[in-house]
Amino acid sequence: MSIKLEEPLTKVAVQQSAPAGTLAPVEIVPSSKKKSGALSSPVFWLTCAPLIMVLGWALVPSLFSGLDPISGVPAEKFQAPGFAHWFGTDHLGRDVFARVVHGTSQTLLTAGLAVTIGLVAGTGLGLLAATAGRAADAVTMRLIDVLLAVPGFLVSLIIVTAFAPGPISLGIGVGIASIASFARVVRSEVLRVRSLDYVEAAFMNGGTYWSVVFKHILPNSCGPVLALLAVDLGVAILAISGLGFLGFGSPPPTPEWGLLISEGRQYLASAWWLTTLPGVVIVVVVILLAGLGRQLHKIFRF
Amino acid sequence: MAAYIARRIGQALLVIWLAYTLVFLAVQLLPNDPVTIFLSADAAANPETIAAMKAQYGYDQPLLIQYFSQLAGLFRGDFGYSLASGQPVAERIGAVAGSTLVLASSAFVTAVVFAVLLVASATLARRTWLKRLIINLPPLFAAVPVFWLGLVLLQLLSIQLGVMSLFPDGSFASIAVPVLVLAVHVSAPIAQVLLKSVDNVYAQPFVDVLRAKGASPSWIFFRHTLKNAAAPAMTISGITVGTLLAGSVITETVFARSGLGQVVLQSVTAQDVALVQGLVLITATAFVVVNLVVDLLYPLLDPRILKSGTHGAPRALVA
Repeated sequence: MSIKLEEPLTKVAVQQSAPAGTLAPVEIVPSSKKKSGALSSPVFWLTCAPLIMVLGWALVPSLFSGLDPISGVPAEKFQAPGFAHWFGTDHLGRDVFARVVHGTSQTLLTAGLAVTIGLVAGTGLGLLAATAGRAADAVTMRLIDVLLAVPGFLVSLIIVTAFAPGPISLGIGVGIASIASFARVVRSEVLRVRSLDYVEAAFMNGGTYWSVVFKHILPNSCGPVLALLAVDLGVAILAISGLGFLGFGSPPPTPEWGLLISEGRQYLASAWWLTTLPGVVIVVVVILLAGLGRQLHKIFRF
Repeated sequence: MAAYIARRIGQALLVIWLAYTLVFLAVQLLPNDPVTIFLSADAAANPETIAAMKAQYGYDQPLLIQYFSQLAGLFRGDFGYSLASGQPVAERIGAVAGSTLVLASSAFVTAVVFAVLLVASATLARRTWLKRLIINLPPLFAAVPVFWLGLVLLQLLSIQLGVMSLFPDGSFASIAVPVLVLAVHVSAPIAQVLLKSVDNVYAQPFVDVLRAKGASPSWIFFRHTLKNAAAPAMTISGITVGTLLAGSVITETVFARSGLGQVVLQSVTAQDVALVQGLVLITATAFVVVNLVVDLLYPLLDPRILKSGTHGAPRALVA
């Protein structure tokens, strides 16, 4: 208690040493300026625009490709990429671009499920570690070590082995794997925020644990978490397409990105576009998401 | 020093025990026991067969006895039995692990060399555009799916150029290309962390002193910066064990190599939960051991670690 009392006293002493009578000039807060600067920067929107388009693919695929992704035109099989078929056609004469566009919702939903699990469980664990005392911190950190030690790939495999292979099993498996990184970021952010003065003030105003956590701590620590969310969505897409490639995702007629490449593998010698072009889409989306994460990190770094 | 080592080893054992417990609990939480899941695809399986198989593998014992007998097995290197073949998991995996270990370890070494070269050339590059180009390579590597890069290289090298065969034939290319594919993916996080850590070291005053004394940029980088910047990169290298395993399984599938990948695919298709459980435990143990080694090497790089002791754990928000 004595230490707590000393701190404000020294601060007062410092303030009084400033020339009396003159008001200290208010420091210009640069953070808000930086914020609008980053939001209006062309790089930010150049990163966002294609991602919004990909979101459009997921929501209304028929708007972006009028061709049928499931049943093809047998006469037009194995056509090289061109104006009629941007990404060419496969062994059944299906338009590959249409399959990529229609597969977006499947891939994004699975990745979204994974990221949601990681976010919710990771935030809970991180918050617990940072606010519930030393014992809780020690236990939670060891738990996070365990989550790191068991590769997410194998967690997905256990779930896929025990239940049927499918998008939900995949999403849960990949989601469990991403809990650890969210928990770490939330923990360090909450530790930073909770030592700030307004948290102390909120407690003095009669705030309870939950009200302070939800009104003051969580909203102010969300920046880096948001940045991680974007990056992790990319990581989840990579993991899901990898597992989809191995055949643990949706069953064949569904156009899922990893499965598309896996199907194209049989025609590697004759039709390069079946594997190469859907892969380019994955690479571009993951890079853009990582870029978005970096931008968000800049925006929220005060 | 002894206290530091003891603490790290204790932590490692704790993590292995926790991992075992969590996996055991997860398997218990499944709607059915491993034997029933394994035989669910088999139409001929009658209740007696299931009961007999359960008894054979000890799944009819009370949970606590199962828990402790499996835990005791862990200390003897017994990771359970594969339901599909009846072989011990350790034996089944040991038979194929060699080729995967060769692939993973050569990929790891290549990845580290690659990351260091990348960071060195980014730091020592004279032209700004070149520097920027190199700095942007690791995020690109991180975004490229292993299986896609493998297929594209296979297409390019064996079908377009004809310099390697589609299947492993023991030639140099058929070994080097899979290693390269895996290494590209693994090098990305190492290079990213090393880049950042090198930047931090360059901001320190001793680098200015070295410059003032007339040291050349490459001397500063290789003799002074790299060692000081290595610690965080070592930590992340230890964490890539999981990525290496997943990447090896996928690389083996793409290049039709035999190894752990085949066992993994077979065990999932046959719904052999016991084998997958054993695999998880072996991998978790490997991960913990590798990271323990990294932790124990740490003080050699940075003796300050030993003095700092435990970093402060946070107190409760409301006492």
